[in-house]
Formats: sequence, C-alpha cells, structure tokens
Amino acid sequence: MSAANNKRWKLQGRALVGVPLVLLFLALALIGPWIAPYSPRAIDLAHELEPSSWRHLLGTADNGVDVLSVLLTGARTAGLVAVSSVCISFVIGSLFGAVSGYAGGRTDMVLARITDAVQAMPSLVLNVALLALIARPGFGHMIAALSATGWVAYARVSRAEVLRLRDREFVTAARALGASSARVLFRHVLPNAMGPLIVQATFGLGGAVLAEASLSFLGLGPGAGASWGALLDQGTAYLLRAPRLALISGGAIAVTVLGFNLTGDWLRDALDPKEQ
Amino acid sequence: MRYLGYLLRRALGGALTVLAVVSVCFLLLEALPGDPTDTILGETATAEDREQLRRALRLDQPFASRYLQFVLDLIVPARAMGHSLRQPARSAFSMIAEVWPNTIMLAISSALVAWAVAIPLAVLAASRPRTKTDAAVGVASLVGVAIPSLWLGPLLILAFCVAVPLLPFPGPDARGPLALVLPSLTLGVGMAGILTRMGRGALRETLREPFVTAARARGLSETAVLIKHALRAAMVPLLTTGGAQLASLLGGAIITEKVFDRPGLGTLLLQSLTARDIPVVLACVVVIAATAVLVQLAVDVAYVLVDPRIRLS
Repeated sequence: MSAANNKRWKLQGRALVGVPLVLLFLALALIGPWIAPYSPRAIDLAHELEPSSWRHLLGTADNGVDVLSVLLTGARTAGLVAVSSVCISFVIGSLFGAVSGYAGGRTDMVLARITDAVQAMPSLVLNVALLALIARPGFGHMIAALSATGWVAYARVSRAEVLRLRDREFVTAARALGASSARVLFRHVLPNAMGPLIVQATFGLGGAVLAEASLSFLGLGPGAGASWGALLDQGTAYLLRAPRLALISGGAIAVTVLGFNLTGDWLRDALDPKEQ
Repeated sequence: MRYLGYLLRRALGGALTVLAVVSVCFLLLEALPGDPTDTILGETATAEDREQLRRALRLDQPFASRYLQFVLDLIVPARAMGHSLRQPARSAFSMIAEVWPNTIMLAISSALVAWAVAIPLAVLAASRPRTKTDAAVGVASLVGVAIPSLWLGPLLILAFCVAVPLLPFPGPDARGPLALVLPSLTLGVGMAGILTRMGRGALRETLREPFVTAARARGLSETAVLIKHALRAAMVPLLTTGGAQLASLLGGAIITEKVFDRPGLGTLLLQSLTARDIPVVLACVVVIAATAVLVQLAVDVAYVLVDPRIRLS
C-alpha cells in the first residue's frame, strides 16, 4: 500500500517540469519585490528602451523602467491576485456546491441553475465588464471580479463530489450515530471531496494568473503595482523597437500557466488511482 | 416542413433567452451607482447639456417606461437601439455593423484553423494508441492549450512579419486575407489543442462500440471504418465544444483584437463600457446573446446530420 502510494506521488514526466515552475513562481511572488534591484516605477528618461546591460540585466522599458524589477514585482501582483481570488472562490464555491448537492430537491435545482447561468458567460468578458465600469480598478476590485466568476468551477466540482459521497456507508453511519447535517457535511463528506477540489484549485491558480495578465494587458489592472500583462501591453506597442519586452513578459506568463497546468495534471493522476 | 414546428419553437425560445439576458444587463446598468451624466459629460458640463443628455437617456422618465421603450427599441428595427452617446450622430447598431464583418471573419477562420488541425491529429492519435505518434500529439495539444494567445500573437508577429517578413505588419493599413492569417492562427491553436484532446478521447471510446466491429466485419477498410463510421459518431462532443468556442469568438476576441490592432466586437464593447456608452453596450449584448443562441441551434441541427441516432424534438 505505502509502496504503491510512494510510486503514485513520484515526481516524474510532466510533474518534473511543472512542480519546480510552480515553486519558483510562488517563491518569486513572496520575495520578488525585495530582491528587485530598482523600484518598478523608478523613471530614468535618459535610458529608455535600452537592451540588457550590467546595470539593467533585462534592459529597460518605457520611461527607462528596469524590466527585471517589473518582472519580479509583477510576480507578486500575479501571485497575490491569483492566490486571494482562488482562496475566495474555493471557499464560496465549495460551500455553495456542497449545500446544493447535500440539500437536493428544489434547493439544488435553484442553486444549480445559478451556477449554470454564471458559467454560461465567457469569464473574461464578464471580468472586463465588471472592471471597465470602475473608474480606477485596484487590487481589491480585481480579486473581487475574478472571484465573482471563479467560484462556479468549485461549486460544480463540490456538488458532483457531494452527490457521489452523500449515500455512502460511512455517511449513513455518521447520520445513524445522530450527527447533525452540518457535522456530516463538514466532518465526513467535504474532507473526502478535497482531492478534486485541490486539483481544480491548481488549474484555477494558472487561470487566475492568465486572467490577471489579460486584464492588465487591456489596461484594467491595479494601477498601484507592476504587472506582467501591463509590461506585455508595452511590449506589443514597442514590438519593433524592443521585441525583448513582449518576449520576456509573455514568456513569464506562459511558463507560469504551463507550470500550473502540468502540476494539475500530475495531481489529478496521483489523487485518482482509477485514471491510471 | 417536418422541422418547421421545431425551428419555430426554438426561435421563440431563443428570442426569450436574448430578452432575459438583455433585461438583466439593463437592470445591472441601472443599478450602477453615480449619475451617468457626470461620467459622460464630466463635472464641468452646463446644466443645459446635462438636461439634454438626461432626456436622451430618458432619465427624466420613470423606470417602467424606460424599460418598456428599451424593449420596443429591440423589437422595432427602425428605432435601432438609440444612439451612441460618444458619437450622437450614429446609431448603436451602425457602430456594430461596422466592426461585425471583422469579428465574423476572424471567428470563422480561427475555427477553420482549429478543425483543420484537430481532426487529422485526433484521428492519427486515436488510431495508434500508446505509440510515439500518440504521445507526440498529446504533448502538442497540451502546449496548444497552455500557450496563452496574448503571448502567441506577438511571437507570431515577430516570426512572420519581422524576422521573415512574409505577412503584413498588423495595423490599420493591414487588411485583407493575408492580415487574417496570424490572428486566426493565434486563436486557432488554443482551440485546436482542446478539440484534439477531446477528439482523441471520443474516438477511442467509439472505436470500442459494436457498430465499429460490425463495420470491420463487413470487410470495410480501416480508413473507411475510422472516417465514415467512428469519426461521425465521435463528432457529437466535438460539435458541442466547437460550437461554444465559435460562439465565444463571435462575441469578440478582445485580447487578439488588441494584439493585432484590429477593430472588432470585443474592443467596441470594452470601449463602450469604459465610456459608459450604455446604448452601445446593450446593443453589443443583444448581438452577442443572439449569436450564441443561433450557434447553439446550428449545433443541435448538426447533431442530427452527423449522428443518425439523434432526433430533433
């Protein structure tokens, strides 16, 4: 049993690429702004759009801003927005789905319809609509917008899991022992539904990093911080003069999203032995 | 004639869906805090200008009357959804009509790219399971799914407009079929990745069904079994996903429109939202919702064409 378990969790193939990428991203999100050589807003008009040099390892962007510093500070922006919005979506979505699945009947029908309705709209368009109506969107607004569309994925997974587990023997046993509905749901059903929810959260983190970058690229990002998407916006504007900007910022986004996708694939296989 | 009743019922249902979506948007825009005349005119506007705009927005009328007129605007084409607040001389629908061909062409060509790539790859991988070919298709589709279009776009421009200048550099002057190649690739690759993964899975499943064995037993060639029998049955889930992809593209591809500096429905919606040009926002929503309903109807009809076991009801 334990040998089989160890084999399942072994880092191999895709996970050997994905997990280190995720750890690197999380580490940079944590310490990035502290190890950045300059402020991501330090203007130096004499050295605008310069190629890499010893003073500016990745060169400079518009207004002479140091690209490496924007990249490192942007990791914090992406990480903060992604982790916060996924945490909020996870809690709200799991509870929503669990209540829907556990209650059944008419409650379930109404709650499932609400989930379907939110899911039916393309989330980027919905996020754009929410943020474009705010005069100066900040971190809080972006996290709120991403959570407003993100929770449905967790609600669907958690509802499906609860429906699967609701009539299993251990749940009936807990109920027979006189446990309340809340106790059965939180102590017995939900802990067993965590696997698929964690897999969803891993993909969700990648999706949130991409959504933050996309919204910042469209000029709807939090103005207060540096963002990979905003750097990419400059990159497409200066594509001929400084192709470096688009390559670096887009590469950072793509590699991070790929890392989360590969890790999510690995977790799904590891947590679900049937799949193998 | 057999399907006339079905189509009529679907058209009515679709019209109700569009009305519901638009009404929700209307209510949400009504609920926004702040006086729209402040946002649109700025704080320095004269009282007279303000009053004129309030009349144009029908803010001097009670809510019920505003909603009723809004619904009438939708139904009576001559009323044409009111006029843009940014360019008062233009009706909201004429602004959409201007960008609409761009959006349709991009959506259709991206879908063509996606299907042209995905179907052969899915057939190739499903007919040779657990081989190197299968694994290579698996990796390619994973990369296709994971690579964000906001990076692929600039990469393709650098490769094919700068390094090897085969195609026109994007901009207002670059129009025509050649300018459509790179944006279609940018959007098509991601869609192809998803369709390939799904198509391989669906084909593997149908290849285990009895009708495939029966076709083989009748002595059909393996190609005929794969293409004429298995692929047709495997098309149903692909049509569902492909339809959703097409509907979302017809609603505008905001990111790709911006990367390639192309006008389109997504950009128009973003600009109108930022400017609080509410008549244009609502007109965009009507068009997007109506397109989604039409695409869904087309997908349902296509089910019947590919899979004889499905009936319209």
